[in-house]
Amino acid sequence: MTESTDTNLTNPEKSPPEKPPSNLFARITGINTGWIRSLLIPTLALLVALIFGAVFVALTDLEALALLKEDFGGGLRLMAEGVGLAYKALFTGAFGSVYGLSETLFAATPLLLTGLAVALGFRAGLFNIGANGQMLIGGMAALWVALHLNLPGFIHIPLAILAAIIGGALWGGISGLLKAITGAHEVITTIMLNFIAFFLVEYLLTVPVFQEAGKINPISEFVPLSARFPQVFGADYRVSIGLLIAVAAAIFVSWLLFRSSWGFEFRAVGFNPTASRFAGMKVQSLLVLVMGFSGALAGIAGANQVLGFSPYQVTSAFAGTIGFDAIALALLGQSHPVGVVWAALLFGALKAGGRAMQASAQIPLDLVVVIQALIIVFIAAPELVRAIFRVKPPEKEKTQITKGWGG
Amino acid sequence: MTDTSTTQVRVRATPEIRRARIAGIILLVMAAFVFWFFGLKVMGDLNATFKLTLPTDKIQDIKMILNTRTLAFVVAGVLAFLSGVQLRKSTEKRTNMAVGVGFFFFIFAFLAWAAAGKSFSLVGMLRSTVILSIPVTLGALSGIMCERVAVINIGIEGQLLASAFTATILGSAFGLWAGVVGALVVGSLLGLFLAWLAIKYQVDQIIAGVTINIFALGITSFMAARVLRKAQHLNSSPQFPAIKIPFLADIPLLGSMFFNHNFFIYLTFLLVIVLHIAFFHTRWGLRSRSVGEHPRAADTVGINVFATRYRNVILGGLMAGVGGAFLSLTQVSRFEENMTAGIGYIGLAAMIFGRWKPFGALAAGLVFGFARALQQKLGILATPIPSEFLLMTPYLVTIIVVAGVVGKATPPAADGQPYLKE
Repeated sequence: MTESTDTNLTNPEKSPPEKPPSNLFARITGINTGWIRSLLIPTLALLVALIFGAVFVALTDLEALALLKEDFGGGLRLMAEGVGLAYKALFTGAFGSVYGLSETLFAATPLLLTGLAVALGFRAGLFNIGANGQMLIGGMAALWVALHLNLPGFIHIPLAILAAIIGGALWGGISGLLKAITGAHEVITTIMLNFIAFFLVEYLLTVPVFQEAGKINPISEFVPLSARFPQVFGADYRVSIGLLIAVAAAIFVSWLLFRSSWGFEFRAVGFNPTASRFAGMKVQSLLVLVMGFSGALAGIAGANQVLGFSPYQVTSAFAGTIGFDAIALALLGQSHPVGVVWAALLFGALKAGGRAMQASAQIPLDLVVVIQALIIVFIAAPELVRAIFRVKPPEKEKTQITKGWGG
Repeated sequence: MTDTSTTQVRVRATPEIRRARIAGIILLVMAAFVFWFFGLKVMGDLNATFKLTLPTDKIQDIKMILNTRTLAFVVAGVLAFLSGVQLRKSTEKRTNMAVGVGFFFFIFAFLAWAAAGKSFSLVGMLRSTVILSIPVTLGALSGIMCERVAVINIGIEGQLLASAFTATILGSAFGLWAGVVGALVVGSLLGLFLAWLAIKYQVDQIIAGVTINIFALGITSFMAARVLRKAQHLNSSPQFPAIKIPFLADIPLLGSMFFNHNFFIYLTFLLVIVLHIAFFHTRWGLRSRSVGEHPRAADTVGINVFATRYRNVILGGLMAGVGGAFLSLTQVSRFEENMTAGIGYIGLAAMIFGRWKPFGALAAGLVFGFARALQQKLGILATPIPSEFLLMTPYLVTIIVVAGVVGKATPPAADGQPYLKE
């Protein structure tokens, strides 16, 4: 700032005097604490969500509630014990052993891929609620390649993934195309396409091309050995090369968004579509492209669900609610690939730990869903968290992602 | 001068003409399909028997027997005529009506084809159409209440699910009306929650709605697995009985369709009428709509934008609460995990298909209910059409409508945008 004193004299309003860092730690040490601040709200959100979760566990503990009438203190103690047991099981299930850690990574794999899909959309101002549908279509495309091409593994697997990418990209691309041509809002079209994909898969799993021979219910044939994702830590752990693909995808998305010209345009469109149009960007084709990329990422997640783990056989439920978890995840990761990686690990841990909790402490896995929903609330409304913890608001804030249906 | 005015007219008419052309081509394809597939490919002597009375009705045994092939030829003729009107060069076309009538006849020919040589209870299917349309219509009304004041409610599904859950528990524990009250309270509270996030904190409304859906699914499944499994007596709610309306219930076909139901169904019809009048013929409605179209202007003339939004979004939650109560107090007595299974999203679709109008919502609800009823009944007739494709129809129709292929759906102008007071 010292060399600019001359210009300051001639044109004072061009460079305002630099403000001293607002926070005491930064003022003393001179270390930029911006990234720590950016972790503050997510951490507090997680904390509050876990506290709420504990309250739900305590309030639904029927034995403790019954005891409460006779012995209030004893009832409370029983509740606290129940909560302690549940969260201990959750934590050790996710981090307490090598197997637990591997399960966390395993659960994080599809979450990372779909989280990246949603985050990429957010960056370009598009809300992709359709990751589930794109997973389903991508997964079915991969399944077709797996079942009907007889190839050695080193070519069979990449080909199946390529099919998933194409399938997911096409399914996502439909929404992009509809938005580009007709202005139909992507939230509506992706929701509707989720259902269409689901019923399409239900149907496809009853035709001989996919269905296991001799079955009446919609269930697929077993994936042949050559198309199954190899496990990376040996047969005892479920982590497959799907994880490596997901990490590679995160690096790719990072490069795409911040190092490529397409990525620049994506972000520009997300920031201000009108300005982008006046700057000469082809906003229409960018919308299709973003939804295509987004769908492709979700499609890979679908391939992971189909080819990635035992029993290597699918029903129409193979996408689960992953596409919706991905929305929470992308918000928690602030739509940044690095943030999404951490958020996926956290949600993977919640899922893996939740399974352990269900097994050992008899707390339904659905508690994890509740915690995730609460995390979104607190991330989306940071003022709530600030009000609880009395944290000062930062200088700039607020991102509204969607704008009305009109488009 | 005349030159510019004619070009202007042509420019303005272009989208309608294009839409009419698309509609004309679709109708023509349908006519050819009906003529060939339902007509020529069917044996000439097959009759379809449609039963128009239920075995419990007062007047018995009214049937409609139609020759499948003859009907197909007639319908093909009607479709070809409608297509001709659309493709003809004229300004007055009534495209949407023609498409609607065309689809009606197409379905008729289709049913006659599916029931060729068999007997089919048409009245049974139409009765379940009405029943299945109720939660969808109520969901759509919930959406209308919110979006007319420019708050997007994606959380209808969650509001339905949570209120259905509450209705089951309270209904089982304290009786029918406690269940209803509980459902209404929970629906309104979730409406309040949406309004609070959307208005006070200006949270992205889609995210707020998605949160409600995820939260409702999580908490109800959690409670069902942790509490209801151990306390089974809380999971068997009583059911509202059907109320026969004297005289009207004895009319063949219409009586069974509309006048022999539980009170929720009459309530829904009443709500549709009340909301129509309220939105389009009262001061409250004008104010609500102005808040949805141009909140700043509404504020300028002294309408309290925030209060209006809070009130309507809470009322919207209330509508979804009625829907939830309907689901658990009239259809099934047990709460099942994720028992709404997408009805809220179909409601959202019905709101768009019905163009943000109460009667439109009812019509869309009936169309989607019909698709569902058809899917259930086609299994009995053993047609080669996979039922999954019928289940897709509401969603496909919605995409076609939002894409503006046939008739454009325009939401309230300020929909989804938070209002910031200056």
